[in-house]
Amino acid sequence: MALTGLFFLFYLLVHMYGNLMILMGPEAFDEYAHHIRTIGEPMVPEKGVLWVMRIGLLASLVLHVWAAVTLWRRAGQARTNRYVMKRKGYGNFYAKAMRWGGLAILLFVVFHILHLTTHTISIGEPQPTPSQRVVESFSQWWGVLIYVVAMVAVGLHLLHGIWGAAMTLGLNTSLKRAEQIRFVSILVATIIVVGFLIPPFAILLGLVP
Amino acid sequence: MRLALRIWRQDGPQHTGQMVRYDIDGVSEDSSFLEMLDLLNEQLIHKGEEPVAFDSDCREGICGTCGVVINGEAHGPERTTTCQLHMRSFKDGDEIVIEPWRADPFPVIKDLVVDRSSFDRIIQAGGFISANTGSAPDAHATPVRKEDADRAFMAAECIGCGACVAACPNASGMLFMGAKITHLGELPQGQPEREARVVSMTEQHDHEGFGGCTNLGECTRACPKGIPMNVISQMNADLRRAGFGAR
Ligand code: HEM
Ligand code: SF4
Ligand code: FES
Repeated sequence: MALTGLFFLFYLLVHMYGNLMILMGPEAFDEYAHHIRTIGEPMVPEKGVLWVMRIGLLASLVLHVWAAVTLWRRAGQARTNRYVMKRKGYGNFYAKAMRWGGLAILLFVVFHILHLTTHTISIGEPQPTPSQRVVESFSQWWGVLIYVVAMVAVGLHLLHGIWGAAMTLGLNTSLKRAEQIRFVSILVATIIVVGFLIPPFAILLGLVP
Repeated sequence: MRLALRIWRQDGPQHTGQMVRYDIDGVSEDSSFLEMLDLLNEQLIHKGEEPVAFDSDCREGICGTCGVVINGEAHGPERTTTCQLHMRSFKDGDEIVIEPWRADPFPVIKDLVVDRSSFDRIIQAGGFISANTGSAPDAHATPVRKEDADRAFMAAECIGCGACVAACPNASGMLFMGAKITHLGELPQGQPEREARVVSMTEQHDHEGFGGCTNLGECTRACPKGIPMNVISQMNADLRRAGFGAR
């Protein structure tokens, strides 16, 4: 759970960096989109690196979901009689947020691949280049809205996920350490959410050519 | 004080239970929560009704026998045991919902009383050290670093009440288990069995049907002794040392 989750986090950071390229104009972004398909050529075939990444992500996803489902099922079996009254707070909130939120992110990823990788779904008019597809999609307010909702779900998931990964890896060794881990999870989650949302809003507000 | 109580009533392990409402008057703010229940039971007996079964022993917060979920919080609103909770933490006219610890490894025996022998079996699986019999060794024969001793004492505060399981959305027993593992693992006497301990205790824990930790922290919040979550991280670190992978 921790290792696959951290691999996703690494991927998100790379992905976010790539998305920010759109601020430097459509050529830079299209060049980048082309480049990730040709990294290592001719030593590795076209889309070689991309496919290694895709397979890695898929394998991680399977393991991540398998672990989550196991924990969910065990929790259900460990308390078959529910409480009449439950405290409201961090734990009870994230117990739901991680599971339903994780499911929401999964649905978003499917939608997202159909949208920008296979171009099966288009937001606005279909467009020929990656940069034009992105600009067209985020010129629609509802296109931005879908991505905002998804990023909030990702942010919440990371907020608790990074903390949880540190716990599992045995990094929480003192009260002071716990505070530092909390701080890092808030920082990283914020960077990811803000970083991913800069391009959509920049486009919506007409700041990207 | 006048209170409206809603209490879980269940005849036995094989029965289904339900919440029953009781109105009670004349409760002193200075009485403890359990004394309030004693008062209720006297009135019930007077009326010829079955008194509410609940557990307690020391009534001074050290044995871990008492413990009910009050308004959705294990041991109620204060950081203490149910027996050390006082009625001044409530207001006149309050409605108070009282339930037993709810976790399948803690089956209800009657009303608010649960069977926590699953905790005993976890201790039997590894919560011990081996020592030679004979005359007691000198107190200073095995030096212990101050920091290690402090952490061991901190973890040793756990009284095995089970509030961590009751509060956990996964009904996991890992705060309790982590406390025992940290307590013994910080001391030189705990080293020989350290790796075997964490493995067999974890296996027993899972075998008893407790859930897995998802690092939510409801346990720490409910713990009357304030055992911190880093004991769970310590358990994970020891598991890794013993050759078990990350989950
Ligand atoms: C505002 C946020 C995001 C934007 C603008 C965005 C944009 C894109 C674009 C343009 C592509 C296609 C790249 C290409 O065809 O060359 C892509 C692919 C992808 N994105 Fe995102 N993305 C966002 C957030 C996310 C998030 C949060 C996740 C995961 C949790 C994610 C997961 C993926 C995946 C799995 C792919 C497919 C990779 C592949 O081609 O195998 N994206 N994204
Ligand atoms: S860790 Fe705290 S809540 Fe859990 S059994 Fe020990 S004293 Fe009770
Ligand atoms: S009765 Fe002993 S801790 Fe409450």
